Amino acid sequence: MMSNILLDIKNLKVSFFTPAGEVKAINDVSIQMEEGDVLGIVGESGSGKSVTSYSIMGLVPFPGRIIDGTIDFNGHRINDMTEAELRSIRGNEVSIIFQDPMTSLNPVYTIGNQIREAILLHTNLNKQQAYERSVELLKLVGINEPEKRLKQYPHELSGGMRQRVMIAIALACEPKLLIADEPTTALDVTIQAQIMELMTELKNKINMSIILITHDLGIVSSVCRKIMVMYAGKIVESGTIDDIFYNPKHEYTKGLLRSIPKLNTKEHEKLVPIEGTPVDMLNPPAGCPFAPRCEKCMKICLREMPEFTKISDIHYCACWLLQKEAFEASAGGNK
Amino acid sequence: MMGKSINQKHKFATLREGALVEIQNLKQYFPIQDGLFGKKYVKAVDDVSFYIDKGETLGLVGESGCGKTTAGRTILRLYEPTGGRIIYNGTDITYVDMMPYRRKMQIVFQDPYASLNPRMTVGDIVGEPIDIHKLAASNKERSEKIIQMLDRVGLNSEHANRYPHEFSGGQRQRIGIARALAVDPEFIVCDEPISALDVSIQAQIVNMFEKLQEEMGLTYLFIAHDLSVVKHISNRIGVMYLGKLVELADSYELVFHSVHPYTRSLISAIPVPDPNTSRTQKRIILEGDVPSPLNPPSGCRFRTRCPYADKICAEKEPEFREIGNRHFAACHHLDKVH
Repeated sequence: MMSNILLDIKNLKVSFFTPAGEVKAINDVSIQMEEGDVLGIVGESGSGKSVTSYSIMGLVPFPGRIIDGTIDFNGHRINDMTEAELRSIRGNEVSIIFQDPMTSLNPVYTIGNQIREAILLHTNLNKQQAYERSVELLKLVGINEPEKRLKQYPHELSGGMRQRVMIAIALACEPKLLIADEPTTALDVTIQAQIMELMTELKNKINMSIILITHDLGIVSSVCRKIMVMYAGKIVESGTIDDIFYNPKHEYTKGLLRSIPKLNTKEHEKLVPIEGTPVDMLNPPAGCPFAPRCEKCMKICLREMPEFTKISDIHYCACWLLQKEAFEASAGGNK
Repeated sequence: MMGKSINQKHKFATLREGALVEIQNLKQYFPIQDGLFGKKYVKAVDDVSFYIDKGETLGLVGESGCGKTTAGRTILRLYEPTGGRIIYNGTDITYVDMMPYRRKMQIVFQDPYASLNPRMTVGDIVGEPIDIHKLAASNKERSEKIIQMLDRVGLNSEHANRYPHEFSGGQRQRIGIARALAVDPEFIVCDEPISALDVSIQAQIVNMFEKLQEEMGLTYLFIAHDLSVVKHISNRIGVMYLGKLVELADSYELVFHSVHPYTRSLISAIPVPDPNTSRTQKRIILEGDVPSPLNPPSGCRFRTRCPYADKICAEKEPEFREIGNRHFAACHHLDKVH
């Protein structure tokens, strides 16, 4: 294994055992990330993008369970760790920012209290030093008058401010990896631009890796270098942003790009929606999960999940059409 | 009641002859308790005027708390307006009994999970407006109408006997739209109808709104925070900030030649799903947050975040004036923004 690989997830399977049956939230997902990477995971609700990130933190909620696969992070095998061991890396080596800044801060403690908690837990700093560090952190995330803010409670701050505080807490121990789970979905566009700018700036300052989970292709294109597109618990395509936006191979990725209206076009374009409804995760199709909505669905698509086809060193796509093309090309060559 | 009906016959000047919906200086203040006896007002919509032509779609954008939803609901008199006038098809409806107008003016709500009664079947949900307005003479006619509506929004007759929880978000939004269409309205307020839906479903619903408009000659007030979607569906777009309309223009004019500093920063802040564009895109990043609508800044409400603000902005409220072909904006420094 190369030394600079920070995160290596292999064939991860996570299922939720609900009264109605097993929900395969993540089905055979592999991710590799190098230090300093910014990876975007794009998908609709229920595609498993959040569960993927939770499993890196060892946070898969009941009744979910990792049933297969391995997660190696920075020299730790996450799925073999005890709760105590996990606690020592959470917030220390890997941090997470949640979608909703309104509910992820504790309303009965001051901002200062909550930032200090993270510092005192993971470092040897004393209270005075921790206070100084939290002032520093608030300055880092662009909050004015940090001494005053530290005494305030979450309800006294606006949504954008609270998300900044969440980022400050996440950065308290300079983590190697920051997981941002839809960090700006609950915020307005002008505030969203501020937060995304801040995250890119901080990434360069303290050299951390970021996994950005979102459904917004716009955010991904402005921040990430690599993208993974997930659908119904599976990765259907992965590659650089240019691969995904200018040379998409999977029908779902293509459909997604066709169905979003663009601000910078002068003519009225007709949107081409992806027909059908999202997959019922309790009864997923046997083959490719996108097959029932795919225009180019073939018989085999309904029966079997395709393997990844390698398009370039980083660009991979799981689709039978590509396998067919590759097969026909090689058969043509043999003649 | 008497006074009001006389009032209704008063002559009033219209902004535009023949507009289907027109609001003039509409105000909606919500009282809140301040201390023990004090009262303060949140000026959710403050002195907003615009018109919507028949068959047209007017988009209304702005950040949360800017009053766009309140404006939409006040136009339908779901809230009683604090001041101003609402004119529908040449009649002042600010104080009249809304019952006959409810047939003409409908609304589609944002959250398809909260806006459908979970204890009613889809057929009854769509049938309720038909019952209230007595649009069906017999049970047979009623169920025919329901099936026709469901058909129109891409659902089928089997769905009529099911309950809302059996449907996905996109399908529920279709049910909400079928309910709005059941009374054969002329005007529909679409209050963030797609923001709760998945990306791949949004385009289905947007296309359906366009198809229905073509087929039934509907007029829309389309409220959303996503400017890309609003630009796609609207003929004209109005931008709101803290209860005020700051700019109003034809869609393309607004997106490509906006003049108000707020509109400009709003447009530049939208991440474009195109890597080459976003690499070269120049962002105008606004400092700070939207001020509280309880204590809006004096003068121009945007001045606390505006890069061009100076003394006059604090003293005088800018006038909402026409600066070109159907292009309105409220700013003291339009000459500097270019």
